[in-house]
Amino acid sequence: MELTILLLIPTVAAVVAGLLPQRREQDAKWVALLASVAALALSIWLFLDFETGKEGYQFVQREDWVDIGAFNLQYAVGVDGISMPLVVLTTALTVAAVLVSFSVTMRPRLYYAMLMLLSVSVLGVFIALDFMLFFLFWELELFPMFLLIAIWGSGRREYSATKFVLYTIAGSAFMLVGILVLAFSANTFDIEQLGQAEFRDTVIPLGWVFFLLFVGFAVKLPIVPVHTWLPDAHGDAPTAVSVMLAGVLLKMGGYGLIRMCVTMLPEQADDYSVWMVAIGAGSVLYGAFVTLRQTDLKRLIAYSSVSHMGLVLLGIGAMGKTALMGATYQMLAHGVITGLLFVCVGLMYERTHTRDIARLGGLARQMPIIATGLVFAGFGSLGLPALAGFVAEITVFLGAFQRYEWAVLMAIWGAVLSAGYILWTMQRVVFGPVRHEWDGLSDQKHWWEHTVVAGLVAAVILLGVYPALMMDYIGPALDPIIERVES
Amino acid sequence: MDYKLFIPEYIAGGCAVAIIGLELFMPKVRRDILAYLTFFAALAWGAASLFFVGSDPKTFPMPGTGGVEEGVAGLIQVDNFTTFFRLLGAGIVAVVALQSAAYMRDRAQTASEYYGLLLVAGAGMVYMAAARELITAYISLELLSFCLYILVGYLKKDKLSSEASLKYILLGAFSSAMLLYGISLIYGVTGTTTYDGIAAALSERGSDTDPAVVVGFVLILAGVGFKVSAAPFHMWAPDAYQGAPLPITGFLSTLSKAAGFALVLRLFSSAFTTDAEMWRWAVSVLAAATMLIGNLVAIQQTNLKRLVAYSSIGQVGYMLIVIAAIGYGDAEVGRDASAALLLHIVGYVVSTLALFSALTAYYNKTGDDSIEGLRGLSETQPFLALVITISLFSFAGLPFFAGFATKLLMFQAATSTELLWLIGLGVLNSFISLYYYLMVMRQMYLFDPMAGLKRFSVNPLLMVLTAGLAAGIVFIGVYPGPVFEGAERATNPLFDRGADIASTIAGGNEDAQARNP
Repeated sequence: MELTILLLIPTVAAVVAGLLPQRREQDAKWVALLASVAALALSIWLFLDFETGKEGYQFVQREDWVDIGAFNLQYAVGVDGISMPLVVLTTALTVAAVLVSFSVTMRPRLYYAMLMLLSVSVLGVFIALDFMLFFLFWELELFPMFLLIAIWGSGRREYSATKFVLYTIAGSAFMLVGILVLAFSANTFDIEQLGQAEFRDTVIPLGWVFFLLFVGFAVKLPIVPVHTWLPDAHGDAPTAVSVMLAGVLLKMGGYGLIRMCVTMLPEQADDYSVWMVAIGAGSVLYGAFVTLRQTDLKRLIAYSSVSHMGLVLLGIGAMGKTALMGATYQMLAHGVITGLLFVCVGLMYERTHTRDIARLGGLARQMPIIATGLVFAGFGSLGLPALAGFVAEITVFLGAFQRYEWAVLMAIWGAVLSAGYILWTMQRVVFGPVRHEWDGLSDQKHWWEHTVVAGLVAAVILLGVYPALMMDYIGPALDPIIERVES
Repeated sequence: MDYKLFIPEYIAGGCAVAIIGLELFMPKVRRDILAYLTFFAALAWGAASLFFVGSDPKTFPMPGTGGVEEGVAGLIQVDNFTTFFRLLGAGIVAVVALQSAAYMRDRAQTASEYYGLLLVAGAGMVYMAAARELITAYISLELLSFCLYILVGYLKKDKLSSEASLKYILLGAFSSAMLLYGISLIYGVTGTTTYDGIAAALSERGSDTDPAVVVGFVLILAGVGFKVSAAPFHMWAPDAYQGAPLPITGFLSTLSKAAGFALVLRLFSSAFTTDAEMWRWAVSVLAAATMLIGNLVAIQQTNLKRLVAYSSIGQVGYMLIVIAAIGYGDAEVGRDASAALLLHIVGYVVSTLALFSALTAYYNKTGDDSIEGLRGLSETQPFLALVITISLFSFAGLPFFAGFATKLLMFQAATSTELLWLIGLGVLNSFISLYYYLMVMRQMYLFDPMAGLKRFSVNPLLMVLTAGLAAGIVFIGVYPGPVFEGAERATNPLFDRGADIASTIAGGNEDAQARNP
C-alpha cells in the first residue's frame, strides 16, 4: 500500500499540474515541488522503516490484474535491499530536478506533468514485482523523456530525443521477447518466483534469452557500443532531465541486470561472465579516452557516465558478493555525483549560455559557490577518498580482482584517466585566468539553487564517509542471489 | 423458420428507412437531429442484440429444404459470434453518427441517406459475420460495399470524393468478380455453398480437384483481401480514404475491416479448415506483404488520411497473422488466436474511432487534413493533441494503450514454429510504424502553431465522445480481461462446430475404413 501511494503522489501531481488553468500555469512548479517533497519524505520513511537483514521483499502488495490464457499478470510491488536505496535516490533526485527547473517558464504545465510522469515510471521500474508491470513502466518513461528533450532541450534536440526513443525501443523489443520466453517457461510473471525458478523447455536456448535481456538493459546502462544515444540525449536535454537521466534512468539498466539477468539466469550469467567483464572494462577505458577529448561540458559528463557505468557492468560481471555490492553502490554514488555535476553545469549554462569548455575559465572568481559544487562533484567522480565515488570504485575493484585481475587492471587505468579529465576540466573551467567576459554574472542566489547544491554535496559526503548506511541494505539483499549463483 | 432471429436488424433497417423518410417528408429537418436519431437507432439495435448474448446458437435454415435438422445447412447462424459483431457494429455506427453531426451539417445539402446507409452498412456487416453459406455471405458483403460506395462519394460537389467513389466502385466490382469466381469454383468441386457442406465435401474429394480448389481459395482470399485492403489489393484504400468525408474514412477503416475479418474467421475456421495447407501459405504471404507495404509506404505520406489508410493496411497485416495461425494450428490454437484477434479488432476499432473523433473535431475548425496542418496542436488544443497521441501510440503498440495488450496477446496466441518468421516481421513492423507515428506527434508537440491560429474550443459532444474513446483505449490497454472474456465466448461457437465437423469426418473415415479394410 505504501508503495502504491508513492507511485500515486507524482501521478496525481502530473494530472493536477497538467490541468491547471492557463492563468495559474506558473504554479505548476509548486505542485511538482510539493509532490516530489512528499514522495521523498515517504520514501525516507520507508527507508527507515525497512528491516535490514531480512530476506525477501518488503512492503509487498499484490493484486490480480490480467488473467488471460497464458498471461496471469499481477499488480505487484515491493522493495528489497537493492531497490530501496534506488527508490530513495529517485525521489531525492526528483526533488533536485524540480528545483533546478524553477527557472523554466515555457509551457510549465506540460513540463512539470512530464517530469512527474518520468518520476513515476522510474519508481515503477524499481518497485515492480511483476515482469510485465516492470516492462510497462520501463516503456512509460519514453513518452515524457521524448517530450522533455524535444521541447525544452537545446541544440539538435529533436534528433537526440528521437535517437533516444529508437534506441530504447529497439532494446526493449529484445527484452520483451526474453521476458515472454522466461515467463511462459516458468508459467509466471512474478519476479520473485522467476528469481527462484528453473527454466525448462524454453522455445529458444536460455543463452539467447540471456542475451536478449542483456541487450535491453545494456542499451539503457549504456555500455559501448550501444552508448551513442547518451551523449546526444545529455548534451541536448534541459538540466533537470540530464539530472534525472544520468542520476536514475541509467540505473534502470544496472538494476535490470542484477535483478533479472543475474538472478533469473545465474548459470548463463556465469557462462557469459567473462564477456560482461570484458565489455565493462572496455567501456570504462573507452569512455575515459573519449571523455578526454570532449569540448562540450555536458557531453564530457555524459561520456564520463559511460565510463562509470562500465564499472557497474564490471562489478555485475564478476558476480561475487563484494563486486555486486560495489556495482550497486556505484549506481547510487554515480547518481548523486553526476546529478550534482549536471546541476552545477546547468547553473553555469543558465548564466553564461555556453557549455564550450574553451570559452569558460576562471569561474571560481565570478561564481564561487557553483564552482565549489562542481569541484566537489568532480572529486567525487574521480574517486577521491571520503567521497561517494571512492567507496564504490574500491569495492568493485576488490570484488572483481580475484577472478578477473586483468579486467581490474584495465579499469584502474580508467580511474587514472578520470583523474586526468576531471582535473583538467576543473582547471580549464573553474580555475585559470579570469575571463572578463563573465564579469557581472551572478553566483547562485535563489534559495532553490542553494538547496539543491547543498543537499547533493551533503549526499556525496555522506555516501563517502558512511557507506554502511547503504551497504547494510544492499549486502543482505544480495545473499540469495549469490547463493543461487553458487549452486 | 425463426424470423425472430433478425429483430435487431429489423430495428436497424426500419430506423434507416424511417430516417430517410423523415427528410423526404420534412425537408427542413435539422441535419444534426438526423445524426442523433441514428445514434439512438444504433443504441436500440445494440440493446436488442443484447438479448441474444449467451443464448445457444440458432440457425436460419435454407428456404425450400424444409425443416432440416438444427445446425446443419443453415444460411445464417445467430450465436455469440454474431452477437459480438452486432454490438461492435452498433457501437461503430453510433459513434460515427455522432462524429458526423457537425461535419455533415456544414457540408451536405441532405443527410438522411447518409445516416440511413450507415445503419444498413452495419446490418450488412452483421450478416457477413452470421452467414454460414457462401451466397449469403457474398450478398451481405455487397450490401456493405454498396453502402460504402455511396458514402465515400457522398460529398457530390467535392471532386476528390467523387473520384474516390468511382475508383472504389470499379475496383470493388473487379474484386467481387474474383470472389464470385472463387465461390463458383468451390461450388463446382463440392456441389454446395453451405460452409458445413463444403467442409464435408472437401475432405472427401479426390486429389484431382486440387488445382481448382487452390485457385478457388486464392480467388476468395483475393476478393475478401480487397475488402479488408490487404496488399496487393489495397490500391483503392488510400484514394478512398482521402476522398471520403472524414467520419466515413473512420467508418471504412473500422466497420468494413471488422466485417471482412468476421467473414474470413467464420469461413476459414469452418468451411476451409480441412484443407488448411492449401491456403495457409497464401495467407502468410499476404500478411507479410500487407504489413511491409502498409508500414513502409506510410512513412512517406504527407496527408493525414492517407497516412491513416496505410497505417490501417499495416494493421490488417497483423490481423492476417491470426488467420494464418488458424491454418497452421489445431482448434485449440485457432480458438485462442481468434479470441485474441477479436480483442485486437475491438482495440483497433476504439483507437481508430478515438483518432477520427479527434480529427473530425479538429477538421471542423480548420478544414486542413495535411499532417503539417497539425503543427502546434498541443498549444491550440492540447486535449485533441493528447487523444491523437494516445490513439497513434495504441496503433504502434506502446504499453498502457490498447494496441500493446491486444497485439501481445494476438502474437502470443499465434506463435508456432512455422510462423515465428511472421511474428518477428510483425514486431519489426510495429517498430517501423512507431517512426511515422512519432512524425505526427512531432508536428503537434514540437512546433509552434501556424501564424494566426489561436486556441480553439471543441464542441462539447465531440469532446465527451473523444474523451470516452480515449479512456476506452487506456482501459483495454491496462485491463483487457473483460473484453477478452467476451471475445472468447464469441469465438467458442466457431470452433465447437469445427470440432464437431472434424469428429464427424473422422468418424466417416473410420466407417469408410471399416467398409474397405
